[in-house]
Amino acid sequence: MKCDFCDKKATVFLTQLVEGQMKKVCLCDPCAKERGVTDPTGFSLADLLLGGLPGAGAPQAAGKTPAAASGGGRKCPTCGFTLDDLRRVRRFGCGDCYATFSEEVGQMVRGMHKGPSHVGKVPAGLMAMQVLHQRLEELRARLDQAIASESYEEAAGIRDEIRNLGEVKV
Amino acid sequence: MMRFSTLVKHPADWMTGGQTEHGAVLTSRIRLARNLRRHPFPGWARREQRAAALDLMRPAVEALPAMKDAFSQELADLSSVQKQVLVERHLISREHAARSDGSAAVIERRQTFSLMLNEEDHLRMQAIRPGLQLTAAFNALSELDSELENSLEFAFDPTLGYLTTCPTNLGTGMRASAMLHLPGLVLSDQIGQVLQAVNKIGLAVRGLYGEGTESLGNLYQISNQSTLGESEETIIRRLERVISQVSTHEQNAREKLLEDDPAMVSDKIGRAYGVLRHAYIIDSKEALNHLSLLRLGGILGFFPPETVVLCDTLLMDIQPAHLQLLSGSKLAPEERDTIRAEIVRSRLHSLSSPDNRSNNNRRNPVSDSNNPGDP
Repeated sequence: MKCDFCDKKATVFLTQLVEGQMKKVCLCDPCAKERGVTDPTGFSLADLLLGGLPGAGAPQAAGKTPAAASGGGRKCPTCGFTLDDLRRVRRFGCGDCYATFSEEVGQMVRGMHKGPSHVGKVPAGLMAMQVLHQRLEELRARLDQAIASESYEEAAGIRDEIRNLGEVKV
Repeated sequence: MMRFSTLVKHPADWMTGGQTEHGAVLTSRIRLARNLRRHPFPGWARREQRAAALDLMRPAVEALPAMKDAFSQELADLSSVQKQVLVERHLISREHAARSDGSAAVIERRQTFSLMLNEEDHLRMQAIRPGLQLTAAFNALSELDSELENSLEFAFDPTLGYLTTCPTNLGTGMRASAMLHLPGLVLSDQIGQVLQAVNKIGLAVRGLYGEGTESLGNLYQISNQSTLGESEETIIRRLERVISQVSTHEQNAREKLLEDDPAMVSDKIGRAYGVLRHAYIIDSKEALNHLSLLRLGGILGFFPPETVVLCDTLLMDIQPAHLQLLSGSKLAPEERDTIRAEIVRSRLHSLSSPDNRSNNNRRNPVSDSNNPGDP
């Protein structure tokens, strides 16, 4: 089997799940070393694939991965973790990263778990807030429904309820 | 502070208590992942940030009532053999053993709780119990977690739950797993089918030492994969139901094998006994596989019932790092195989041959254990 990057004999074979799809890459020794494949901690196949495999997807401008192109400038204000870091390691830098990269979190989590939102234990101090949060979600859903079915009187009532809860401070 | 030698001197209760549920479920484990709010996760933190997180967590963890006189060490202060022993006992992860500076392990005296500090997440807390006891393990660990909340502020989001380094652990941050011994399903060629069914309902099946490890000694771990969108109780309830079902399948498979092909069963168990009693060189893979059959023999009444505990203890003691610890020196693989065989022979010395009993008393074995001099 030949290397995907040059015509030498491939000696390194990689299989990895990238966004739910099985991807395979074959590399020769020098190409593998050059791309850091031999270092299992710092490597993601997504980089190789997104970073322009010849003949796999659109050719990329040299040194410009799509990550860098599509506003990779975003950075977590707490820990300095960047969008590029996230795309590379598929992990996060700190708890606040989840807010910084909330869009990406949504994509990553889809299909990974049973549901999109937490059910279960909540730190004691946050318990009250969690209950409130759930109640608000419920009310907002009902409000949408009421508006959709043009039950404006009911909608007004729900809106007041949301307002009242909002004053408790979320 | 407890010393390493004291900690590992005796097998933990959970290692030898797996005779419940017809011996199919050896242990139940719960792991919770937690991180400190506003601190970078260990994998991204700079050295001094990791140290700062450790300085915050370690006193809080050591102050827990459950951790009174616990074993508490930085990984940098442990030898590679000591770390490996902890891995073999499932007290720390392989990933944690690979760390040194700024990471620590705090392990409760009886080895039922172990906390990894600065693993992939700031805190990886674990509770182990013998047999199928996921709920009990969770309740105990959750209590510990709540106590820690009083002194540590964890990263939590109302929608995403506990925030973790890897999004696969978001939500409850909980991995619940059980270790199962399934020789009946393996011998009757049903294991693939059963494991596939388990996989299909979203549970993971792994070998003896977790992700990417081979299944040895007919031992399998079943655990949840999804951590977000369901409560801990729901996850555990489903897992317990599935594990009970697998355990029942295993029991049925054993009974059917004895009925349909008693000669094959006796042959397998007899050969395992022969090899273990008389081998002078044995690698851990071969030993594990034969011990698995000997354990099955203990459950089916080919040997006295305490043979099961004997096998469970040996399972741990014949692992490479445990052997090195026992012999007190670094061993080449060939030396290990010799010492392993020696330990197995001496432990099984008083175990009488399975053909000493007739098929009639197999279900109701007459104990020979009070006759240790039996050749």
